[in-house]
Amino acid sequence: AFFWLVSLLLSSLIWFIAVKASNPQDEPLQKGLLIFGVMFSVLLQEAFRFLYYKLLRKAIEGLVALSEDGCSPISIQQMAYVAGVGFGLMSGAFSMINLLADALGPGIVGIHGDSQLYFLTSAFMTMVLIFLHTFWGILFFHGCEHRRWWEIMAVVVMHLAVSGSTFCNPLYVGSLVPSYLLMAAAAAWAYLLSGGSAQNLWRFLLCKS
Amino acid sequence: MITFMNNSDSEEEPCNERTSLMSAESPSVPSYQDGLQASEAGEAQAHRKRRTGSSRSPNNIADGDMSDSGVPVRESTLENEEEELTLKYGAKHVIMLFVPVTLCMIVVVATIKSVRFYTEKNGQLIYTPFSEDTPSVGQRLLNSVLNTIIMISVIVVMTVFLVLLYKYRCYKFIHGWLILSSLMLLFLFTYIYLGEVLKTYNVAMDYPTLFLVIWNFGAVGMICIHWKGPLQLQQAYLIMISALMALVFIKYLPEWSAWVILGAISIYDLMAVLCPKGPLRMLVETAQERNEPIFPALIYSSAMMWTVGMAKPDTAARGPSQQTWDAAEDGRENHRSPSHGDSQMSETRSPVPTRPITSLEELEEEERGVKLGLGDFIFYSVLVGKAAATASGDWNTTLACFVAILIGLCLTLLLLAVFKKALPALPISITFGLVFYFSTDNLVRPFMDTLASHQLYI
Repeated sequence: AFFWLVSLLLSSLIWFIAVKASNPQDEPLQKGLLIFGVMFSVLLQEAFRFLYYKLLRKAIEGLVALSEDGCSPISIQQMAYVAGVGFGLMSGAFSMINLLADALGPGIVGIHGDSQLYFLTSAFMTMVLIFLHTFWGILFFHGCEHRRWWEIMAVVVMHLAVSGSTFCNPLYVGSLVPSYLLMAAAAAWAYLLSGGSAQNLWRFLLCKS
Repeated sequence: MITFMNNSDSEEEPCNERTSLMSAESPSVPSYQDGLQASEAGEAQAHRKRRTGSSRSPNNIADGDMSDSGVPVRESTLENEEEELTLKYGAKHVIMLFVPVTLCMIVVVATIKSVRFYTEKNGQLIYTPFSEDTPSVGQRLLNSVLNTIIMISVIVVMTVFLVLLYKYRCYKFIHGWLILSSLMLLFLFTYIYLGEVLKTYNVAMDYPTLFLVIWNFGAVGMICIHWKGPLQLQQAYLIMISALMALVFIKYLPEWSAWVILGAISIYDLMAVLCPKGPLRMLVETAQERNEPIFPALIYSSAMMWTVGMAKPDTAARGPSQQTWDAAEDGRENHRSPSHGDSQMSETRSPVPTRPITSLEELEEEERGVKLGLGDFIFYSVLVGKAAATASGDWNTTLACFVAILIGLCLTLLLLAVFKKALPALPISITFGLVFYFSTDNLVRPFMDTLASHQLYI
């Protein structure tokens, strides 16, 4: 969560500098700057995920060296999951909490011609992002562990795609549907990487031992 | 500081403030409290460290008496186990401190966001005499710096005063002061807080009920904090009084002064705990020489029955180490007295060498805990509360400060595990908190607001 926060800080610093240095009246330029800010922020988030991976790797090596039987009390997969959840929670909290605070107060949604589904779609979008961050954490760490660069690239591309799809808002079908599809794909992929299989799932659902 | 924070001063200050006039012109002892806290923390830590050191030697002697061949093996496995346990329970310690700090912050933020009283400006403390209503920025900055200097000097004076009192063994005075402070905090501030909360939610309460509630709350609090009580109840009370103190600070410190004071306090904490001639260091060393526990009701203890140790006045006040080592029961109580990390193992083994290892380890596990000064709680909550109060109603800033402080606490605990001596808990967390507050408020907020208005997600 802290690492996500720092990446957000740096990316907003860049955006802020860019905005201050440019003409505030120029609408398309502002929009362009915003898009640039979003993409840059995505790239920074992934970079910080990588940094976090490096840090956790060192921590695991330390734990292994100090433990009696040569294996650390927490595995890299668990750390990947926790890192993903941390990123997701922080990103979700930052996206949603002001909205929730405003939702407590009086007001009418979309009175100025914006979509009336603003709160609902924000909630769904946040939820999908949190899930995605969790799955991306697992995929990313797995890719780093096994030196499969294409997995890491896939995570970055997916993140860019999801962020990019939100540019279609308020045309929600353009952003929510692809995001959910990507989430399902990422979920299946992460599940398979974590050692699950269709058989395990079937057995679990049928409550067999 | 990790270990102690003297809360009494702060409690006393507000007391004076209230009794003089509601214009809140009386000096408060928060700074004092801070210094005390720092000193307490340092003292406690150093004390603990000395205890560890002194306990190791009798332990080794005891081991040697038992079986010579077993000694080297025992010692090496002891060290290994200690390291492992330290690391394993390092994470547990962190969680044990996260929960109370989070609770305190939640209480403060919830109150700030809902009760108007604590964000209204109704005068200033006498320690911050310069007003911030000046027209120019430079003048305002100058005033806040002057306020900070006055506050910090008050803290330093109070700390030195406490060190002198402690040096010349004026224990009764100190205990009386502590009791008076916590009395004031538990009764008067709770009364005001309850009054404001009831006003906000428009709930009517008659005076007899109020009297009953406040009397019970205060009396149980006094007993819990200064004498014996269930550990969780004591922890809850300490959290509540820290939150009350933080709210007082948030209300009565002017804007810029508050931020400058936070920064200056963390620098002072750093210097007072680590410099060889610092008052806190001297306090710690004096306490170590006398092998005494530090004052009650000033630290948050996450696992020990601190009050059990205090129940025996001679062991608590002046008992030399021999007394505590002789009887098995005294040894057990000494074991229960505050100590940190691996001192536990050696202490338990020394008085009762025949006890089986497993039960000893169990004892250690359940009694190992971490101590954090109450002043740390207070200043963390002041930072987060100020962020909640003044950050243009933005929750992101509050959240960012909260995460920053917790990460700072994590790092401090990590350093504590590495260095195993008294460490100031304020600097890292407050630095992170301040950095994140200012950067989030000025940089991240416009970015996130623009993103939210276009409903873009990053």
